[in-house]
Amino acid sequence: MVTQRHTRDEIFGILSAIHDPEIPVVTIEEIGMLRDVVITDSGYEVILTPTYTGCPAMGIIEQDIKLTLEARGIAPVLVKLVYDPAWTTDWMNDKAREKMKVYGIAPPLHSSCQSDKFGHNIILCPRCNSDDTVIISRFGSTACKALYRCNDCKEPFEYFKCH
Amino acid sequence: MTEQQALFKYCLQLGDDALIHSYRLSEWCSNAPLLEEDLALTNFALDLIGRAQALLGYAGKVEGKGRTEDDLAYKRGERQFYNRLLTEQPNGDFACTMARLLYMSVYEYHFYSQLQNSADATLAAIAAKTLKEVKYHRAHATDWVIRLGDGTEESNGRMQAAVDGLWAYPGELFEMTEASKMLEEHNIAPNAMQLRTKWMDEIEKVLDEAKLRMPQGKYVQTGSEKGIHSEHLGHILSEMQYLQRAYPDATW
Repeated sequence: MVTQRHTRDEIFGILSAIHDPEIPVVTIEEIGMLRDVVITDSGYEVILTPTYTGCPAMGIIEQDIKLTLEARGIAPVLVKLVYDPAWTTDWMNDKAREKMKVYGIAPPLHSSCQSDKFGHNIILCPRCNSDDTVIISRFGSTACKALYRCNDCKEPFEYFKCH
Repeated sequence: MTEQQALFKYCLQLGDDALIHSYRLSEWCSNAPLLEEDLALTNFALDLIGRAQALLGYAGKVEGKGRTEDDLAYKRGERQFYNRLLTEQPNGDFACTMARLLYMSVYEYHFYSQLQNSADATLAAIAAKTLKEVKYHRAHATDWVIRLGDGTEESNGRMQAAVDGLWAYPGELFEMTEASKMLEEHNIAPNAMQLRTKWMDEIEKVLDEAKLRMPQGKYVQTGSEKGIHSEHLGHILSEMQYLQRAYPDATW
């Protein structure tokens, strides 16, 4: 039996503080993964939308959510993955984009800029804002990022791919 | 066959395609010709395993017997796998892996573009997600086929041998099965046969740009609908399923 000691907004607020394990400067809310919290007769449902279908961080995020809530006596928790509508980088808010840039990752362009052919967009260097950058690899340390190099400041950097 | 059985089998086919292709691509891990390529191939494998998880998980729900995606991946025998023969073909050299990826990703691009309009909301959602990822696979395979085809005499020869060598398999992608025919009537599955022209046109364009000849063979190797596979799938499963077969339900 669930005692309604916690409101939906309160739980959402607690979860909003959980960070993305792979890009620790942004939270799961800022990146657009945390969609909703539903209080049911049998417990608490947390609705998440996966960023990439095979994102290995999903398991960790699920665990973080459960541990965070259970530590506050909020249980049982069911994490539900919802694919519809599909996650897009457009859900990432401006605060997240700015934090990502300061962290050294070029934030994603708006999805309307994406062409089917890859690599025709200009990605600004997150360090010096130069537009003279070149793609090194379509894939980086995680599925959601590509590797670029800045021809002005000579620094390599990651670009969070538009999705 | 009921509609439920058709949907179950259809999800298995799409899920198995992703699972087995993923397995093949992951075999390149630490063996790719360059580091960036190692990252790319394993990232594709990761996309595919995620897709397999979603589709097999849904298949289990449709079936309603409590089987999870893991049960379906690890506890079915070879004859209960419905992945298309193209996905299980050995990696061969890098050209061969790229030819398979090109054939598969061009098909998947057109296929999932249609499936995202499916009357089945779950399949439509998985398709919309998949489509975003498949665009990368297709762009990557296209680039490499052109680069190798329009490269040296050696790379051109190998790329030509690769596109020729796998030519008997893509035909199966456009086959309508008993399940897909039934689902098409309910607007759940697209008509795969109608994708063939788009696929051929695109492949022809890529091969032309790559200075490769379009393969001419007419023979199409099929069998996956009935669970009849080439000899390669059994070897994949014996390795992939080993742990769950030796220690059933082992977890960590």
